[in-house]
Parts: sequence; structure tokens; C-alpha cells
Amino acid sequence: MSAEFDVRHTAHLARLELSDAEAARFQSQLSQILGYVEKLKEVDVSGVEPTAHTAQTMNVFRQDEPRDWFTSEEALSNAPRQANHLIIVPKVIE
Amino acid sequence: MDLHTLSISALQTRLRSGETTAPAALEALEARIAAVDPKVGGYLSRNLGRARQEAAAADLSLPLGGVPIAIKDVINVKGDPCTAASKMLQGYTSSYDATVIRKLRAAGAIPFGRLNMDEFAMGSSTENSALQRTSNPWDLNRIPGGSSGGSAAVVAADEAFASLGSDTGGSIRQPAALCGCVGLKPTYGRVSRFGLLAFASSLDQIGPFTKTVEDSALLLNVLSGKDPMDSTSLDAPKEDFTRLLGQDLKGIKLGMPKEYFIDGIDPQVDAAVRAAIKQFESLGAEIVEVSLPHTEYAVAVYYIIATAEASANLARYDGVRYGHRADDLRNLQDLYIRSRSEGFGEEVKRRIILGTYVLSSGYYDAYYLRAQKVRTLIRQDFEAAFQKVDALICPTSPEVAFKIGDRSGDPLKMYLADIFTIATNLAGNCGISLPCGFAQAEGSRLPVGLQLLGHSLEESKLLQIAHAYEQSTTWHKERPPI
Repeated sequence: MSAEFDVRHTAHLARLELSDAEAARFQSQLSQILGYVEKLKEVDVSGVEPTAHTAQTMNVFRQDEPRDWFTSEEALSNAPRQANHLIIVPKVIE
Repeated sequence: MDLHTLSISALQTRLRSGETTAPAALEALEARIAAVDPKVGGYLSRNLGRARQEAAAADLSLPLGGVPIAIKDVINVKGDPCTAASKMLQGYTSSYDATVIRKLRAAGAIPFGRLNMDEFAMGSSTENSALQRTSNPWDLNRIPGGSSGGSAAVVAADEAFASLGSDTGGSIRQPAALCGCVGLKPTYGRVSRFGLLAFASSLDQIGPFTKTVEDSALLLNVLSGKDPMDSTSLDAPKEDFTRLLGQDLKGIKLGMPKEYFIDGIDPQVDAAVRAAIKQFESLGAEIVEVSLPHTEYAVAVYYIIATAEASANLARYDGVRYGHRADDLRNLQDLYIRSRSEGFGEEVKRRIILGTYVLSSGYYDAYYLRAQKVRTLIRQDFEAAFQKVDALICPTSPEVAFKIGDRSGDPLKMYLADIFTIATNLAGNCGISLPCGFAQAEGSRLPVGLQLLGHSLEESKLLQIAHAYEQSTTWHKERPPI
């Protein structure tokens, strides 16, 4: 399976761009790690339920009531660019 | 008396008797930090002005009244930086307190100082910090462990009375072992994660670094509890975690997992842990061998599940609302790609890519779903063991602190050293590391950590067992030659 691993394609799915040196290094290191995790195939998991979480809680709801939260100034306090209580990003529609 | 050397409980005795004051304790700590932190490099930032105001107004009647506590730079404290030791969050200022900080403040403690770590808590040596190098106080050429390396180093060097860290696969227990202090990873859900920057949400847990087991219990009393802001926090009955301290170990049964005593452990680590086991026998505990048969798969399961969760959690760092944003952007996709590629360091990128791959279409069942099933088997191993014993006893790390730079370029080798800590996170149980001796390495005297693992929500018993051992030895009184 690890032979099919394409580091540049996967990096793009994660919105990361790699230098040639990074791509070569990660391709080799991650192929080695993916080779290592192949050992999980040895385990008989038939009939075993997956564990996503150990807290074993489901569907935790709260009352749908208004409460105090951040002001827009607080919420925007770390925005890289902003104006008029809005975040500025590059043009999305040409 | 050098105030900075005191444990929390010893400091409190002096504060309450009027022998010293909260401002004096803070100034003693600041003087110690100024003297040794240029060598250790544990602190990334400190807000001394605010801490002085809080110390002047300290209410000594509260459980932690007037006690400064240092905080790993991955937990939000309103008005402080919170960088996760990443370029991605340089310049970020928290706009709220994490629940643990709110609880510390309500108990009278003073959150003071932000601690270095591996970037986004990914690493075992703190070498992955994008901002600063942290050294082990016992040998400045060696790593302090990680990811909470700063949290361990400052407690070991008496630059903090105690600190907070986070543990996703051993990031509290391993640095505590390598620096020679006490590190507690509570049961998953015992402590609220609200305000902790998320790495792997089904594994992350906040816990204390302290000089003594008693201090660990005192801090857990304050930190624990159900939090409406974290739906995975557990609604467990309120308890006093100090209540069993001082009780003897008659009738206590400790299990040695045979898979944790294997070839490849540093012989000096093995010898120190076996000597500790003898000590437990002399204290009246019964030692039995147990088996955790799926141990050999834990590292593989962990590096699939933790990276999968990280790849989703770190998607939020997109350069839009906060964090690093690249310059001269062509379009929105360019903003995402360049901001993330510039802001994240190498190990973070490596794990995001691995996590993205194991979740991607066509590979999900083979990697992620299979890892979740083996996680169930690992959890069942622990459940079966805790039917027979009160706690498990083993090394925290198979080795002592290695030299800075020795492992760079070999991530798999670094991952494999987490073998004794990560299964606990996968199972959601609690664990503690405490000093149990020293190893000699090239002229340095380096701490060895003993790990005790407890069943879910059995921290009181775990602390009782750890305390009995600690009080019968002098390892916790040793201080680094710094």
C-alpha cells in the first residue's frame, strides 16, 4: 500500500506545499512509517467494534438559550486583516 | 530558606503562617528564573506585571492562594501569548481563559509564565519548538523530553513551584521522567480540555507537573470536574485526591506487564525500575506478572489515530481568522496553502500529511478503521489487567534523556520511544511518572522515571501508591547541579 503513497498529492489535499527537499524527505520517512503500521494487518479484528473515544458519551445537548459570548472586537482581535467588523480575504469570485 | 525550592504544600505552610508573603514568593521565583533560565530555556514569555498585581491581592485562604503556576504555551490565558511554539501563532493573544485557568484563578493560584514545548505538542524532545531550545537541567546538552519539555524542565530546575502540561501520548509523563519530577496524566475527561489547543481530541488531557505526589493531588483537586464547555469531560463524583495519601500498601496488588520489560530498555533504567519494584514489595504490596498482549501494536495505532485527528484539528489554521497569513496572495486557495506552508514546522507538516493520507478515500478502512478496532483490543487488555491488579508498574521511558540533535532525521525511531506511555492514552486511563533513581551517561547523572498506570477514574488510589513509594525514598529531594 505504501508504494502508492504520493506525498505531493496528499500534501495538496491538506493545503500544504512542499519544497523539493521536503517532498523527497517526507516521501521516504512517511513510506517507512506506513510500512511500519502495516503490522496492524497481523491482528484479527473480525467482530471487534472500533473505539473512537473512551469517554463513551453520545449526543450531548445543551439548552438552546442565548448567553454572553465574545464581542465582535474580541472575536476579531487576532484577525490578520479586518475592516468594519469583517475579516478581509482575497477576492473569491472573479 | 530559598523560597523557590519549595513544594506547593511547603510554600502554603509558610504563606499561611505569615513566614513569607505571596509577593515574596513570586519575586524569589522571578530571581531564580533570571538566574537559570538563560541556560534551561524553559520559558517563552512571562507577564510579571500582572502576576505582581495578583500576588499583592492574593487570598491565602483559598486552596492554592498566592501560588504561581507556570503554563504550557498551548493553554489559553486571557491576555497572554499562546504560540504552541509555532510560527503559526506568533503574535497571537488569547481572548479568553481556558477552563483550567479559570479554575486555578478561582482557587487563588497565579498563572505565571508560558512554557516551551514541541510545536503543537508533536514530539518527544521539545526540539520541534519553532521558537526556542530547551535543555535538560541535569545536562544542558541533553533534551528535556517532550512535548511538555518546558513544563518539566522549569519544575526540575526550581524555576516553578508547579506547571501545567498536556499529554496526548506521554507528553506529561515522559518529560517528567527525563527531568526528574512528578507528572500526572489524569483519566481522559477528568480535566476539561476547553481552551487547550487541540492536537488529538480523543487522546489529549491536561495535567500537572510537580515536585511531590502530594502537590499533584492538590492540583488535581482544583483542575478536575465536569465542564459544560467540554462535552467529553466526565461527570464523576467530586473527591479529595489527597484522602488516601499516607495509607499503607497492605493488600495493594501491582502488575508488571511482561510486554513492558523487554530487550532494548536501557539496562540502568531496567535496574532502577526493578529496584523500585523490590521497594514496593518491602512496603507490603504484592507484585504479579500480567500481560497486555496487544502492546506491540500501540505505536502503530497511535500514529494513525493521533495524526488523523491532528490533520482535522489543524485545518483551522488557514490564515483567515487568526494566526500567520502569507503576503502577496493571488487568491483564497493561495492564502490557505502559503499561510499553512510558511506557518507550520516540519514535524507538524509530516503528521498532517500522514493523517490526511490515512483518512483519505480508499485508505480509511485499511488504516483508520483498523486502528480504531485494534484500539478496542488495547483497551480490553487494560480492562482485563485491572480486574486482577490495582495498578500497573513499569518504566516511563525505555531510555534516559538523549543528546540534543541525536535523533533528528529519524522520526520512526523517535516515535518508537513512546512505547510505554501511548497505550494509556488509547485506553483513556490515568498514569503518573515519578523519580526512581539515576543513570550514569558520559559523566552525567540523569533521572530515571517510574510509571504507575491506574484504571479509569482511580487517580486517588494511583496517588496513594505513588506517594507511599516517594515517601520511602529520597529521589524526589535530589536537585540538578545548575
